[in-house]
Amino acid sequence: MEFSELIASAVEALTLNKLRTFLATLGIVIGIGSVIALISLGQAGQQSVQTQIQSLGSNLLTVIPGAQTTGAIRDAAGSTTTLTYDDAKAIASSTQITDVQTISPELTRRAQVTASGNNANTQILGVTNAYQPVHNVAMSEGSFISANDNVSMSKVAVIGPQVVSDLFGASDPLGQSIRINKTSFRVIGITQSKGGSGFQNQDDTVFIPLLTAQKQVFGVDYLSDISLQAKSQDVMTDAQNQVGYFLLQRHKLTDPARADFSILSQSDILGAASQITGTFTALLSGIAAISLLVGGIGIMNIMLVNVTERTREIGLRKALGATKGIIISQFLVEAVMLTIVGGLLGMVLGITVSVIISALIKFPFVLSAFSIILAIGVSGGIGILFGWYPAKKAAGLSPIEALRYE
Amino acid sequence: MLIHISHLSKIYHIGATETAALSDVSFDIQKGEFVAIMGPSGSGKSTLMHMLGALDTPTSGSYILDGQDISKLTDDQLAHIRNKKIGFVFQAFNLLARRTAMKNVMLPMMYAGITPIERQERAKKYLEMVGLGNRLYHTFNQLSGGQQQRVAIARGLAMNPSILLADEPTGNLASVQGEEIMEIFKKLNESGHTIVMITHEPDIAAHAKRIITIRDGKLVKDVKNKQKN
Repeated sequence: MEFSELIASAVEALTLNKLRTFLATLGIVIGIGSVIALISLGQAGQQSVQTQIQSLGSNLLTVIPGAQTTGAIRDAAGSTTTLTYDDAKAIASSTQITDVQTISPELTRRAQVTASGNNANTQILGVTNAYQPVHNVAMSEGSFISANDNVSMSKVAVIGPQVVSDLFGASDPLGQSIRINKTSFRVIGITQSKGGSGFQNQDDTVFIPLLTAQKQVFGVDYLSDISLQAKSQDVMTDAQNQVGYFLLQRHKLTDPARADFSILSQSDILGAASQITGTFTALLSGIAAISLLVGGIGIMNIMLVNVTERTREIGLRKALGATKGIIISQFLVEAVMLTIVGGLLGMVLGITVSVIISALIKFPFVLSAFSIILAIGVSGGIGILFGWYPAKKAAGLSPIEALRYE
Repeated sequence: MLIHISHLSKIYHIGATETAALSDVSFDIQKGEFVAIMGPSGSGKSTLMHMLGALDTPTSGSYILDGQDISKLTDDQLAHIRNKKIGFVFQAFNLLARRTAMKNVMLPMMYAGITPIERQERAKKYLEMVGLGNRLYHTFNQLSGGQQQRVAIARGLAMNPSILLADEPTGNLASVQGEEIMEIFKKLNESGHTIVMITHEPDIAAHAKRIITIRDGKLVKDVKNKQKN
């Protein structure tokens, strides 16, 4: 008996009861569909985080207060107060530090911002003029915070496009005033949209001069972080070491293990972020894999019902000369066909779902070859795994008993 | 000699008790014979049919079919014997539901590895032989009981077997249709086919040339049917 005939006979058997066949594959369709959608969205998320981090600048170092923690997970901004504006100024004027080009001291807080009757809770970033080159901020209107704005503690603000739409709607915000913690600021610029969400969303940020933020709005004298731009990507490690030693000396610390700050490079942040999204994807895929297992049990159940229901047919086939091998192959091919068709439908479902979700949350759509191989491989494997027992049971039937069965 | 059965016994163990469904049965069947095996229900004739059909193996004794001892073969070897040497006709027809007459007749040829083209030709030939040349592509439920049994006979002939083994072939049919089936058997026998038919109806057994009677697992009578010889 040729393989093509096994296929033809399986198609024949499966199309005899279409509703049951459809219901049997449904578990696999949903299982494979969710695995593919989750892998695709997970990879899209990872890619999106990576692009965002890379858009911060490729030769960026970030000094944050607090001890180095495992996996570079940072404490809530402002929870430690060891980093000051003076540290930043000292780094700038130090002769020991030769590989750092630009220093941007930053204070990040969240606050309620109001303007023309609207209000929004957004991120407030106290910055100097150095912020713009370090973080590649492009302006769509007006200008960024200047050095003079900072020194003179001007009450001026640069706002992101998200803030514009939250507070001003369609009207032009340039020259208008906004209030942060009862202090009034004049809007002097609007940044260009950088897109993305989550990680330091620049679009949903109000930039004000650092000294204004420290002294007049929040009444603090520390920084959330200092962003440093190294002279080139090749000297990142040197820059990191120079700043590290300098700050240890400055903070009168001899043991680097007890440093009250950490210096993170681009790759550290990238690594941490990838690790988090990777774990998340693996976790979700694990949950989806459970639904695949349930789908497989569903297939086994239907195949067992099939074997019982077709006992007479199996007996007849054996009486007419079908060997055990042929009966096993016949039922295995049916099971594998069920699961592979389920897998392919699930792949279509999963891709559709991830295209729709990617479009809704503005993620890039990612489809890896891995997903497709997984869909076909895993579903075929499930067919063999869960089809084996029913097939074996069918092949073991005695033709006499089977023919007698009513 | 086509069939040589000597001292054949089959003992079933049900719990601690032993039941002998067949005990020490011996007989021979020559090529071209038309034999009816008779007996009341529970006589052991079904067990004998299972042995003759290579569906089961005996507890003791030997069964030589076409020169080959098949009393001690494995399941798969028995499957090959059934495929090549025995054509079955069952009481309940046992056709595959929702498949055409052609598909049903081609089934044993598929297991034998015969090419699809030859299968088609042979299936057509045998269906024409049993008078169903105009119903080749009718499915199971579009055929009457008599027609279904004729499809089953065509299927039984498909592999050109050594014996055609019929188990109560008219049991599920009205008497007119039963007579038609017996006519077909008679013609097949006249053209040289060996037919062994299990039945409990004397009217049907009367069509055979030889009648073997079984009672309580023992052969009690083996006579030539004078009317038919």
